[in-house]
Amino acid sequence: MQKNAYFRGLTIPFLLLAPQLAITVVFFYWPASQAVWQSFLLQDAFGISTDFVWFENYQRLFADPGYYKAFVNTAIFSTFVCVLSLSIALLFAVMADRQIRGAEVYKTLLIWPYAVAPAIAGVLWIFMFDPSLGMLARALQSAGVAWNPRLNGNDAMTLVVLAATWKQISYNFLFFLAGLQSIPKSVIEAAVIDGARPWRRFWTIVFPLLSPTTFFLLVVNIVYVFFDTFGIIDTVTGGGPSGQTETLVYKVYSDGKGGSNLGGSAAQSVVLLVMVIAMTAVQFRFIERKVNY
Amino acid sequence: MAQVTLTNVKKIYPGGVEAVKGVSFDIPDGGFCVLVGPSGCGKSTLLRMVAGLETISSGEVSIGSRVVNQVEPADRDIAMVFQNYALYPHFSVYDNMAYGLRNLGTPKDEIDRRVKEAARILAIEPLLERRPKQLSGGQRQRVAMGRAIVRKPQVFLFDEPLSNLDAKLRVQMRVEIKKLQRALGVTSIYVTHDQVEAMTLSDKLVVMNAGQVEQIGVPADVYKKPASRFVATFIGSPPMNILTGAIDGPGIVALGDAIIEARDLSENLPAGMAVEVGLRPEDVEIASEGAAGSLPFDVEFIEELGATQLFHGQLSGLPFIMQAATDTVAAQAGRVWITVDPDRVHVFDPASGTRLGRM
Amino acid sequence: MVEDRRLGDAIAYVILSIGVLIVAFPVWLTFVASTWDNATIINGQLPLWPGPHLFENYYRILFVGASSSTREPVASMMLNSFVMAMAIALGKIVISVLSAYAIVYYRFPFRMAAFWIIFVTLMLPVEVRIFPTFKVVSDLSMLDTYQGLAVPLIASATGTLLFRQFFMTIPDELLEASKIDGAGPFRFFKDTVVPLSLTTIAALFVIQFIYGWNQYLWPLLVTTRDSMQTIVIGIRKMIVTSDALTEWQLAMATAMLAMLPPVLVVVLMQRLFVKGLVETEK
Repeated sequence: MQKNAYFRGLTIPFLLLAPQLAITVVFFYWPASQAVWQSFLLQDAFGISTDFVWFENYQRLFADPGYYKAFVNTAIFSTFVCVLSLSIALLFAVMADRQIRGAEVYKTLLIWPYAVAPAIAGVLWIFMFDPSLGMLARALQSAGVAWNPRLNGNDAMTLVVLAATWKQISYNFLFFLAGLQSIPKSVIEAAVIDGARPWRRFWTIVFPLLSPTTFFLLVVNIVYVFFDTFGIIDTVTGGGPSGQTETLVYKVYSDGKGGSNLGGSAAQSVVLLVMVIAMTAVQFRFIERKVNY
Repeated sequence: MAQVTLTNVKKIYPGGVEAVKGVSFDIPDGGFCVLVGPSGCGKSTLLRMVAGLETISSGEVSIGSRVVNQVEPADRDIAMVFQNYALYPHFSVYDNMAYGLRNLGTPKDEIDRRVKEAARILAIEPLLERRPKQLSGGQRQRVAMGRAIVRKPQVFLFDEPLSNLDAKLRVQMRVEIKKLQRALGVTSIYVTHDQVEAMTLSDKLVVMNAGQVEQIGVPADVYKKPASRFVATFIGSPPMNILTGAIDGPGIVALGDAIIEARDLSENLPAGMAVEVGLRPEDVEIASEGAAGSLPFDVEFIEELGATQLFHGQLSGLPFIMQAATDTVAAQAGRVWITVDPDRVHVFDPASGTRLGRM
Repeated sequence: MVEDRRLGDAIAYVILSIGVLIVAFPVWLTFVASTWDNATIINGQLPLWPGPHLFENYYRILFVGASSSTREPVASMMLNSFVMAMAIALGKIVISVLSAYAIVYYRFPFRMAAFWIIFVTLMLPVEVRIFPTFKVVSDLSMLDTYQGLAVPLIASATGTLLFRQFFMTIPDELLEASKIDGAGPFRFFKDTVVPLSLTTIAALFVIQFIYGWNQYLWPLLVTTRDSMQTIVIGIRKMIVTSDALTEWQLAMATAMLAMLPPVLVVVLMQRLFVKGLVETEK
């Protein structure tokens, strides 16, 4: 935490820290505290007067079925994206970890979607699955599937899940591959000699040894689904049809956009904030705990 | 229990590098064979081929009467102790030892009996519930051994198992491994680069260099009659001195102005043929000036080792070391005269490095 | 190990190839669409191979602009994206190298407080405080400016933590030796710390450039004029023009252009990218 060799002084370190602290305070702490403050305020319909209403915004929020809907949507969305992108990425990583020729090339070919902006990923997928002109949508329709993400909430959810998963596989793949490569080769060889066949070897040795990576990725993926997928949802469905793909973050945006429900939007922000902090705390806990072997 | 036979075993990597260039030897049932050589000599590759962790490019490995080239490691009935122990970090000591038996479908009570017995033999009973991370280096070493012995395999394979231990523990574990192997009577192959381990543990010593076997024999023979200049300088510490000389007649070599007798020198060598003469530091003695066959040794400095002293210096222009018991020789720099036992003069062909001895 | 290699390798090749196909197919289709005319696309008759309009489409979108939605040519949007990405990446590197240097190499009162003030922001993505932040930027009249696009995204704990972690691995002896050689804090920073940190700096740059280029929600809010919009925002406007016919061939060309710079960065600087990704997330 601290070097044994260091400089003394007060002015220089203060000057060095000043830009970072100034920006942090102006663009982080001040707005975050504003969010908390606003969540206790209520504007009247015309935006003329503002009252301090304690927890009324929160009460309304939790009484709002639309908010529950956003919770459920977020839960479904996160679950599917996490499970799909983690398992597919793990499969690819295990395959790429075999010492086959060209493994490096495959690695390069699998990681680049990380660089694609979520909003662009959304555009790519809506283009394929647009009910009227999408190539794959037409294929589905001609196969007898009544595919229409513009009208059917399940179709819309499927589409955002696919787009979000597609983009996240590369990230998970990279970390799983690094995790696999950090397992000592001799431990795997010991298991080979101990008579564990590949399938059993994977589940009794490799997978448990990957668990720190898996857990880390799980938290990162949840945060990804919560926040970074905003662009995907906005370009693919815009939260629709009728709020069926509206997640918590999307709702903060759409409720606050018109400026009519700033208090409610702020309350939602605060709830999200608490959730992120809880997740980060869990992650730190775990990182400490993984020291146990 | 089983005999292990290697017949012209080769390892050629896809890039064309030949790591093992045709090795043949066998280890009798219950024998303890040590493969020794500098790093990169192919000894570990050879061991891993016996284990089945590397494919065999050509040749044959058999365990018992069965050729195992195409047999999976798990089905070869072997156990291996790795250099870094390769314990499963997420298993307890008990589970580390039980894992192999569970994979074989051994009944639970039988597993329990065998693990406890191994733990008793290795004195690690109090550690059974611990994780590898909570163990010292020596304890991990024992667990790795335990994992091997619970399997009751036909062959033990050791891949430099002691090299991660400190010097004191290494000596202790060396003795224990030897005792254990005697008691269990399991055929063992042990890879090391440490010549002391090689000498003390083996009853069959295989010295390897650059993918080839330099010499196979019981340790005492390898020491007394090294088959090549490589073996002569690799086995023994401090290493054998190598001087240049020439054949003077049957059983006689000339070293500069001096003429010395070499009893184990092949006949029919042409006089005047250039040779290399090897003398072990402990095989030379101080003599009086002008004694028959005495050589002038210019001592430059002396290292005091306690029981013995090492005299460093030059002999006919080449570096030379003599070892002598403390207090037998005055420890001072300057010229001394030394003689050597004719039975302990080693002569090598300078081109091929092979020993020019009687058959 | 001995026997199952060949079959296992074959399975690995098949699965990885399927993976590459899944990953590449949407982009291939986008590329194909960007080389046809709009009628072909709208009729749903897009083939799987490129068409004849590649140069025409890209020329038009880069230098003229789509007609129905935004009149801004994509070249200027790309310039905006580039300025924003560079400003975020470089700005972040500068302020976090400096603050990490102060925290690691100085002892002063409130050192830990300063560290925690920065550290806590790790947990505050811009999305959760989006409207109040917007208000701050608007009060500072930074809407529709490059400063407004970049500065609020510059401060985050990632860079400071990364450099702090790296500085901790620089042996103390180096500072002691520099002191004996008469170097002060500025010299030590310039002659020792920065040269040693170059790969870390490059790795962080790669990650932050991608991060900056791909920003969506923030530029969506703070840019109102077409001349300030970034390419990722521009494409949204091209597609979400309510009833006017979306010019898909141009939108898809824009998507290709929007992907190109960050993807090139990942592919060409793969090692730095991997290093940056793995280390910023620790």
